[in-house]
Amino acid sequence: MTALSTLPLIAHRHLDAVVAWRGSTPVSVRQFLGEVEYVAGQLPPGRHVLNLCGDRYRFTVALAACIVSGRVSLLPSTHTPEMVRQMQRIAPDVFCIADQGADVDLPTFRYPESMPPPAVTPAIPDIDCAQVIAQVFTSGSTGVPVPHVKRWGSLVRNVRAEAQRLGIGVGHAILGTVPPQHMYGLESTVLMPLQSGAALHAGRPFYPADICAALASLPRPRVLVTTPYHLRALLTEQATLPAVDQLLSATAPLSQDLAEEAENRFGTPLHEIYGCTETGQLASRRTTAGLEWQTLSDIRLRREGQTLWAEGGHIDRPTCLADVIELTGGSPVSTTFLLHGRHADQVNIAGKRTSLAYLNHQLNAIPGVQDGIFLLPQGDSPDSIHRLTALVVAPGLIPSALTQALRERIDPVFLPRPLLFVDALPRNATGKLPSQITQDLLTTLQAQSATREPA
Amino acid sequence: MPETNHELQNEVAGLIVSTLNLDVSPEEIQPDASLYGEGLGLDSIDILEVALVVSKRFGFQLRADNADNVSIFSSLASLTRHIAANREK
Repeated sequence: MTALSTLPLIAHRHLDAVVAWRGSTPVSVRQFLGEVEYVAGQLPPGRHVLNLCGDRYRFTVALAACIVSGRVSLLPSTHTPEMVRQMQRIAPDVFCIADQGADVDLPTFRYPESMPPPAVTPAIPDIDCAQVIAQVFTSGSTGVPVPHVKRWGSLVRNVRAEAQRLGIGVGHAILGTVPPQHMYGLESTVLMPLQSGAALHAGRPFYPADICAALASLPRPRVLVTTPYHLRALLTEQATLPAVDQLLSATAPLSQDLAEEAENRFGTPLHEIYGCTETGQLASRRTTAGLEWQTLSDIRLRREGQTLWAEGGHIDRPTCLADVIELTGGSPVSTTFLLHGRHADQVNIAGKRTSLAYLNHQLNAIPGVQDGIFLLPQGDSPDSIHRLTALVVAPGLIPSALTQALRERIDPVFLPRPLLFVDALPRNATGKLPSQITQDLLTTLQAQSATREPA
Repeated sequence: MPETNHELQNEVAGLIVSTLNLDVSPEEIQPDASLYGEGLGLDSIDILEVALVVSKRFGFQLRADNADNVSIFSSLASLTRHIAANREK
């Protein structure tokens, strides 16, 4: 494959093209490039950055300022004090960029409130395809996050393939309900607009009424980038929905029923995107048309014994996939597949991912915890959210103190509900916890708890 | 808080507990304690769930500038005040 050695920061061809919408006010390429250059010149010397800007436009300017100045953005899965300490261990020079009160214990660069007017004809920077622009992290099994580097060329090829699959380009306006600090939001609400000539919406609306108002403020064609959880809330609460020209969902599988309702009520196709931290976005499907996934351009999946590899397209080197995948088409190399679930150790709650091993390590690292284990929820309906349970042996701790200690270490969506105190865990002679015995213990505890509740 | 809001506050506390299946009784929720973070421990998923129930029960839709601004949920008392001021049923 012949790859270009540089790719431009943005795909827009005119300095007056719209790169972002702040409410209903457009931001031109000229203004964007001017702000990127200004912010890049103001940044402190550290080479690693935690970009905490809540406004998606400011996040994008800060990200671009880091890219043009050779800095690496760190994208951990959460910003708890423990995770921030781990980022500091990985990159001692890390500082954070914030546009509002940042609640992290790091040197902080405050996003400038005002900037000088841009040059009349700023140039669109070319970025070296081999440049590492971000590090994303998966949960290691030892309690330490595992970094994965993201290079400019690979990221750009990936989001261009996404835009091509979805038919998104110049003139589209893209609204996201997901934060830009995670891979899906970074790819689909920041990099895809920049690399397709589309415009991103600066907001991150939360309540269904806010999402509808933000959509209605955008010119068409409009794209909504969301998750099953936001989509379900929107469809439940809103009697009338603004017209949308493309719906995109990711982070967790969507049921065909919800997909069909969304398509009918928004009057537009809904596509799901599948990917993972190691590879980025790999495939898409139109959920109402069938459950089979189609890889993005030139990506192939290859089965070799028990191992499944993703290769081609934007993927720099073949990467092993941990999910439970069935290749369709009858060959060990395929561009279509069915996804039967994530790897057994993986946890996904409302789109946030971690592993049981990581959670268990964090739980057992708390002073006073003698033994403890997280259990996956038993419910498995794709459109609703189920919480984790934890069993813990900690005779000297009260529940609120243990919960608070966990809050320092893990993302709040993973906090156990319920957190059950036990005298001992039913470990076998080799120290393992057979899952059936653990589940039986849980069932017994829950039955006891139910009988104590007032009628 | 005016006396008349006590009944509403109790109802809202009950809605939170029943919607989220919490392991506390409605009376245990302190009116001025934080509902998220270190207080009751609700997160954005919970807040969206409660928002849907509030919208259905009281006939109005919650709004915020952005996802980081859910200050209506800073406490049971502030949520109750917001509902009292905006309810349509």
